[in-house]
Amino acid sequence: MTESSTPEPHASPLLDRHQALSAKIVDFAGWLMPIQYAGILEEHRATRSAAGLFDLSHMGELVIEGPEAGAGLAAALVTDPPSLAVGRAHYSMICAEDGGILDDLIVYRLANERFMVVANASNARVVSDALAKRLEGFKAVLDDRSLATGLVAVQGPRSLDMLGPLTDLDLAAIHYYGIAEGVVAGVAAQVARTGYTGEDGFEVFVDVRHVGNVWDAMLEAGRPQGMVPVGLGARDTLRLEAGMPLYGNELDRATNPYEAALGRVVKLNKRGPFVGREALEKVAREGTSRRLVGLTLRERGIARHGYPVLVDGAPAGVVTSGTMSPTLGAAIAMAYVPTAHAEPGTMLAVEIRGIPVAAEVVPLPFYKRPA
Amino acid sequence: MVPGELRYTKEHEWVRVDGDEAVVGITSFAADQLGDVVFVELPAVGRALTQHATFGVVESVKAVSDLFAPISGEVIATNHGLAGQPELVNSDPYGEGWMLRLKVADAGQLDGLLDAAAYEQLTSEG
Repeated sequence: MTESSTPEPHASPLLDRHQALSAKIVDFAGWLMPIQYAGILEEHRATRSAAGLFDLSHMGELVIEGPEAGAGLAAALVTDPPSLAVGRAHYSMICAEDGGILDDLIVYRLANERFMVVANASNARVVSDALAKRLEGFKAVLDDRSLATGLVAVQGPRSLDMLGPLTDLDLAAIHYYGIAEGVVAGVAAQVARTGYTGEDGFEVFVDVRHVGNVWDAMLEAGRPQGMVPVGLGARDTLRLEAGMPLYGNELDRATNPYEAALGRVVKLNKRGPFVGREALEKVAREGTSRRLVGLTLRERGIARHGYPVLVDGAPAGVVTSGTMSPTLGAAIAMAYVPTAHAEPGTMLAVEIRGIPVAAEVVPLPFYKRPA
Repeated sequence: MVPGELRYTKEHEWVRVDGDEAVVGITSFAADQLGDVVFVELPAVGRALTQHATFGVVESVKAVSDLFAPISGEVIATNHGLAGQPELVNSDPYGEGWMLRLKVADAGQLDGLLDAAAYEQLTSEG
């Protein structure tokens, strides 16, 4: 064997736990992570009915601090972080000059002059490098905390009941897309009410050296109430049912936020320049020729990433994600289709192994948790 | 673990000979590797299958895998139960999770397949 140019993957700090739980481990975005434990369907259903515990230690955490941290982020991202109250968060994106998406992000305001940007593992380096460049000239310091931070999420309707006894925080007082500093299982933590499953839940950021303690305590407390550990496989089916995009599938460098039906995220009305503004203003003005939609298959089959979408029998779009929805029992997908055929109710087809299979454009999300 | 009376392919199908007919499915190893099976696409009755050619598709939540004919023969029945309960492939791969029944075209082809010991060795090598 010759030396490969691919760097050695990082091991999740919880890898020994996952192996002890008999998880199947995969290299995901340069990280050895659990893809499944007991099985994707069981993990998916447990998250919808009780709670799932997720290792998200591969995510990138970037802390930006300084008197101009907010202003610098406003110039770097499509959103307006200075508009966030301390302890609140929003969904954001970092775009290139041409409006293409470099990554989708969550921006948390931890203090008046301190923000945390959470990036996808696959893009953590790209985001870190781009932010460092874009923050030049601002009185702000970027600290890439990705390898020093462990992240464990509990997601599902019983999340609050399960996490509550382990923390001094009043979890009910944390708003959706809020974040608070406290102690979880004896460990200093940032606890955010965010997630990627369509369920209520919390994401717990801790020092990577203590993330094992937090994982163990959460699983021990939650298990008797139906919590199971959940791998990346069910994380994907959960987010797809919730209509949430995945970078690399729905979003990429060649896609702008408006095409992804996420134009509302772009704050064109904020003051000052930001990277991609001119290109995105033009897109907002002129519209897009393709649009991300939800599809439900009306005949037997499962649409998968990369399958062609047919309009009047001719290839006109592409499936970005697709699966058999465990909750709905139907084949669901997200796809880019011509804007003229993007209205819910439109009948299209997905080509599956050479055969057109009827598919209907449906509103996103596919699944919404009971109020 | 691996039933002794069956023959196996390297692609993890099994075949059970029953007179001049044969029943085909996928192994427990294959089902475990796939994970939860959510969809099985099988050929129409009457179709002639060619040994080693694809005859259908099995899909888990994450993956799509081709099914390969262990021997040649005409399809005389398929397991309709899998349309509503594809999970039978996981729970009972050698029984209720069977996929199709063939009219054996050439019994000699069976000799080229793996026996249980050889298949067990294949899967234990990973």
